[in-house]
Amino acid sequence: MGEEVAEYHGAYKVSQGLLERFGPTRIIDTPISENGFAGLGVGAAMVGLRPIIEFMTFSFSLVAFDQVVNNAPNMFMMSGGQFNVPITFRGPNGPAHQLAATHSHATESLYANAPGLKVCTPATPRDAKGLLKTAVRDDNPVLVLEAELLYSSKGMVEPPDEELLIPLGQADVKREGSDVSIICYAQTVPLALATAAKLEDEDISAEIVDLRSIKPLDEQAIFNSVGKTHRVVIVEQDRPFCGVGAEVCYRIQKNIFDELDAPIIRVSQEDVPMPYNERLEKAVLPNADKLMSAVKKVCYA
Amino acid sequence: MQRPEQRDEVEMLALMLLIRRFEERASQQYQAQKIGGFCHLYIGQEAVVTGAVAAVRDDDYIITAYRDHAHALARGTSADACMAELFGKETGCSRGLGGSMHFFDRSRHMYGGHAIVGAHVPLAAGMAFASKYRGEDRVTLCFFGDGAINQGSFHEALNLIALYKLPVVLICENNLFAMGTSVKRSTSLKQIVDRAEGYDIPGEIVDGMNFREVRDKLAEIVNSIRKDPHPAFVEIRTYRYRGHSMSDPASYRTKEELEKYRLDDPITRLRAQLTREGKLTNEQFDQIDKKAKETALASVKFAEKSPELPLEKLYDYTYVNRPSA
Repeated sequence: MGEEVAEYHGAYKVSQGLLERFGPTRIIDTPISENGFAGLGVGAAMVGLRPIIEFMTFSFSLVAFDQVVNNAPNMFMMSGGQFNVPITFRGPNGPAHQLAATHSHATESLYANAPGLKVCTPATPRDAKGLLKTAVRDDNPVLVLEAELLYSSKGMVEPPDEELLIPLGQADVKREGSDVSIICYAQTVPLALATAAKLEDEDISAEIVDLRSIKPLDEQAIFNSVGKTHRVVIVEQDRPFCGVGAEVCYRIQKNIFDELDAPIIRVSQEDVPMPYNERLEKAVLPNADKLMSAVKKVCYA
Repeated sequence: MQRPEQRDEVEMLALMLLIRRFEERASQQYQAQKIGGFCHLYIGQEAVVTGAVAAVRDDDYIITAYRDHAHALARGTSADACMAELFGKETGCSRGLGGSMHFFDRSRHMYGGHAIVGAHVPLAAGMAFASKYRGEDRVTLCFFGDGAINQGSFHEALNLIALYKLPVVLICENNLFAMGTSVKRSTSLKQIVDRAEGYDIPGEIVDGMNFREVRDKLAEIVNSIRKDPHPAFVEIRTYRYRGHSMSDPASYRTKEELEKYRLDDPITRLRAQLTREGKLTNEQFDQIDKKAKETALASVKFAEKSPELPLEKLYDYTYVNRPSA
């Protein structure tokens, strides 16, 4: 259910073909009323349905913030365990290309801050499918934060005779390395992989840890990697203040401080509303140069 | 008109008395600081929820705002479980985790108890959506106050409810004040029911101090919805005798106004109707009232001696199948 999901086949064509396959009782167009249809989903989930609510972008989910943050995750506690809310909210999240301040929100740290929500951030077609299926089957409210700029990615999804379910809270080492751990998620995964290839030329071997889930967070995978490399750069599409990287950073120093050979560096957005101007937008976002120089700094190279 | 499942009117009078005596006890216990947080009393409005539950089946869905004690009691949640919830005890209808504004009772199809004004109206849309999706003839009763009708969530939900033809009765309990702001100062319309017209939802005004009128009007609406799912809106005009919450002396209204409504008390009115028709004697009434007072008092004792949820269970109610990280 969501705006333009049925007859228009999805603003980004994510739901293409679903109306033909499942019909209008299950694939439902809504008016532009995020608060209304997000709440409708929560109510339907309370009485036993398992809705998937699409936000055309998570920037628009802010209009439904009350439903996503105040209703969906609170119901289980408020009702003393009588009502859980098995709902999936999904859609593109984070900056895309020159969409300016209102349409470029990275909402992961906002939502990860609310107890009762789970938040995942797939970066590959395979992870997108595996995490979405798990999200739908989860008995709690789950946010699947996709990325507009990754919608065109191609990749292996799943063999036809095998069910692909990727557990929430399980990070994925997208590339093995020994000198530095680059912790990333969503749009920064391809960025980190590309940077890792360039770092090869400088004899720096980078391990790429894709968090995949922001909440629950796979601490162990992070600690394992850091235990191996002893140097960390966190590259996030998020804002710097109270961002996801701040939480990861805190957990590393709290639990495995002695493993660190250098201070952790975070590469995130600049702390400004997103400018429209292309050159300024690029300056706000994490990029290969920023990541390269952060890696060199932690490696004292 | 088809008559509703006629629940015995004397029983319904007993329910109204139970609600009132329960609320009086709650007020007293709040003042004694046994109850924390906010506490909004229903005294004066009893005929609304009592008339409504008399018009529906037990498996119809009910959802309301934060002035919710009466809705749980009317659904059959025990006074013990309600008072224990106010005391924050594990035996409460929400295990002491929701408090006054968040009463839930799944087994009795009471879906809360919602404290953000207007935010539960979309939930009602979803509950009714689910009934329609499953092909059930269940009806959702969504209660809210006159303060909710100016919230965005209310308007978005009404449009969705009308657009998808969902089986919801939107029940505005118009007690004339949203906290301390009178309807005249909050709402651009002369009468609230006209909000429904903007969404092409049929609307009616009902006298909320008259149990029979509430019951009969709602029964008529509910029966029509069962035959063919659609929404309806009722503005039920009522009055709360107490302030918005326990901390509100209600100085924004006159003694004369309050007195006017007290003279039209819903309990007194139903009592008079039944007495006049020879269905109730004064002795019987006194007996019923005595029982209501005893039940309310017993609920305080029950709540006092009930245990609190152990601290070890703090993390058990955030996620179903709690994740490890």
